[in-house]
Amino acid sequence: MARIDLVDLAHSYMSNPASRADYALKEMTLSWEDGGAYALLGPSGCGKTTLLNIMSGLLVPSQGRVLFDGRDMTQIITEDRNIAQVFQFPVIYDTMTVRQNLEFPLRNRGVPEAEIKTRVAEIAESLHMTAELDHKARGLTADAKQKISLGRGLVRQDTAAILFDEPLTVIDPHLKWVLRRQLKDLHRRYDFTMVYVTHDQTEALTFADKVVVMYDGEVVQVGTPEELFERPAHTFVGYFIGSPGMNVLPCRVEGSTAHVGGQALDLGRGYAPPAAGAKVELGVRPEFLGLAADGQGCPVTIQAMEDVGRYKIARVTLEGHPMAVVAPESARFDGDRARLSIDPGRINLYVNDHLVEGSL
Amino acid sequence: MEKPLNNKAWFLVLPVFVLVAFSALLPLMTVVNYAFQDTFGNNQFFWAGTDWFEKLLHSDRFGEALIRQVLFSGLILAIEVPLGIAVALCMPRKGLWVPVCLVLMALPLLIPWNVVGTIWQIFGRVDIGLLGHVLYSLGIDYNYTQDPLSAWITVVVMDVWHWTSLVALLCYAGLQSIPDAFYQAARIDGASRWSVFRHIQLPKMDRVLLIAVLLRFMDSFMIYTEPFVVTGGGPGNSTTFLSIDLVKLAIGQFDLGPAAAMSLIYFLIILLMSWVFYTVMTKQDEQDQNRKTGGGE
Repeated sequence: MARIDLVDLAHSYMSNPASRADYALKEMTLSWEDGGAYALLGPSGCGKTTLLNIMSGLLVPSQGRVLFDGRDMTQIITEDRNIAQVFQFPVIYDTMTVRQNLEFPLRNRGVPEAEIKTRVAEIAESLHMTAELDHKARGLTADAKQKISLGRGLVRQDTAAILFDEPLTVIDPHLKWVLRRQLKDLHRRYDFTMVYVTHDQTEALTFADKVVVMYDGEVVQVGTPEELFERPAHTFVGYFIGSPGMNVLPCRVEGSTAHVGGQALDLGRGYAPPAAGAKVELGVRPEFLGLAADGQGCPVTIQAMEDVGRYKIARVTLEGHPMAVVAPESARFDGDRARLSIDPGRINLYVNDHLVEGSL
Repeated sequence: MEKPLNNKAWFLVLPVFVLVAFSALLPLMTVVNYAFQDTFGNNQFFWAGTDWFEKLLHSDRFGEALIRQVLFSGLILAIEVPLGIAVALCMPRKGLWVPVCLVLMALPLLIPWNVVGTIWQIFGRVDIGLLGHVLYSLGIDYNYTQDPLSAWITVVVMDVWHWTSLVALLCYAGLQSIPDAFYQAARIDGASRWSVFRHIQLPKMDRVLLIAVLLRFMDSFMIYTEPFVVTGGGPGNSTTFLSIDLVKLAIGQFDLGPAAAMSLIYFLIILLMSWVFYTVMTKQDEQDQNRKTGGGE
């Protein structure tokens, strides 16, 4: 197991990238700690798989270096990298039995027979697949196949990290939970560095110690699930994580006050005046908003109420800007007028989509 | 899962049954009719029982033609299947050259069979043919009109030239359906080039290979036009395959009874061999099907 550092890494699929837009992966420096469980979260086409393939050596980056425990591995071919990868669709060797599948990476590396035996037995045991060892792999279900792909990575003692590329896509929903649970146990047991690519936020948040959010070829935030929720570093993170996502409203900032249309909102902190022409927005999570029939707060118009069971989501407009508000299950409103209260400490300010810090 | 039963469907396919009965079944029954009777023309028939069959099966002429035919089909499969796989493996997976390759490969398949025969008949001629004359000039004793070995080589090479593309194109289609992830996983597992072929590419090609083997077997076993145009079954009888022999018997000698009996045996051999190929090559699948417990793909 190893720590992986990506230094000044960037990649373009074009031979002569001219502008920033030509890069599938914009310049980034990123570290994966030894034994960490990371989720790589982002929408389709944001460069997650490119990043994964660079780490596994299937792609050589246009620039930058990949370090394993400080050793430069950028030009090292996949076979010699000690990386395992589990793909979106189960990759198994159809003609082989489960046992032969698990033995395959070891045999290719000339591991002694006795060691192959003990390793395969151990891994099969922890995958709960000992009973199926002598079955043909092609007849197995999708989730069992995915476990075998993982097993082929685990069976090698020198595996530096295991990369998962949306591995649960083809698994039945009820089995996803089981498999995720097992994966977590395996991670705890073998303590491998794990990078888990997904576009499903629930999967990312429940699974990882740290979540790396990517958007348009860039890493926009690395943080714990809590940080991502409370202090999204980029409007995209706010929008992508949470259901519904963060409300983002265009505003004008003067010191510690934000003006949204004709409404003045207290930000609780003072901000330096943003550069002229910059896009200034405030972001606040629907969970941190309160809605009341009257009293203090900004006047809003209720467009719709959605009941999602445990709570309600109110769709309102503030000065013409649509917002979502989480309201208690008991909330009732006569008519479409209401008052919106905002906790100043929960408002984040974004200049050109990036979070800016204020001072108290 | 139970398939829904709908007997109305039978009425809808009835016209096809009738059509097939008239176009295939009735002529076949005529052949069966001839096979068990003797006739001297003028519509007089005499019951012959299984005479024709017994005589045919004991005749050296039929035996030799059958051996030649089996040898020819065996050679064709032994050459075209591995060669087709090799060609498919060498073809580019993506890029500008893919359509170029596909068109070039498809060209021999588009040429009418007798034209293929004519091309090779001229190509191999010692006096004016490019191949024949060059070989002759190099001092190689090649003459397909006089030397049986030369005739065999010409006929086999012609068929390889004509039909390897089909095997290659089928295999190529099979190879193209393999997702990149399989190759990537193999690299991660440290698999050798041979392992990739043996454990990924070959298993993914087995369906198309089954089709390729069946098609090439049936076609080569029934081959008539090309060798007929090139060698006419000669020199001597050395390239007289079953179909050429059959035509000689039926049209040359007008022995309708023996010819009909031979047709039936010929037909049954092809049917039997195809069934054997199919059964052997799909046996694996059935075993998997029986063991399969869950949903899978």
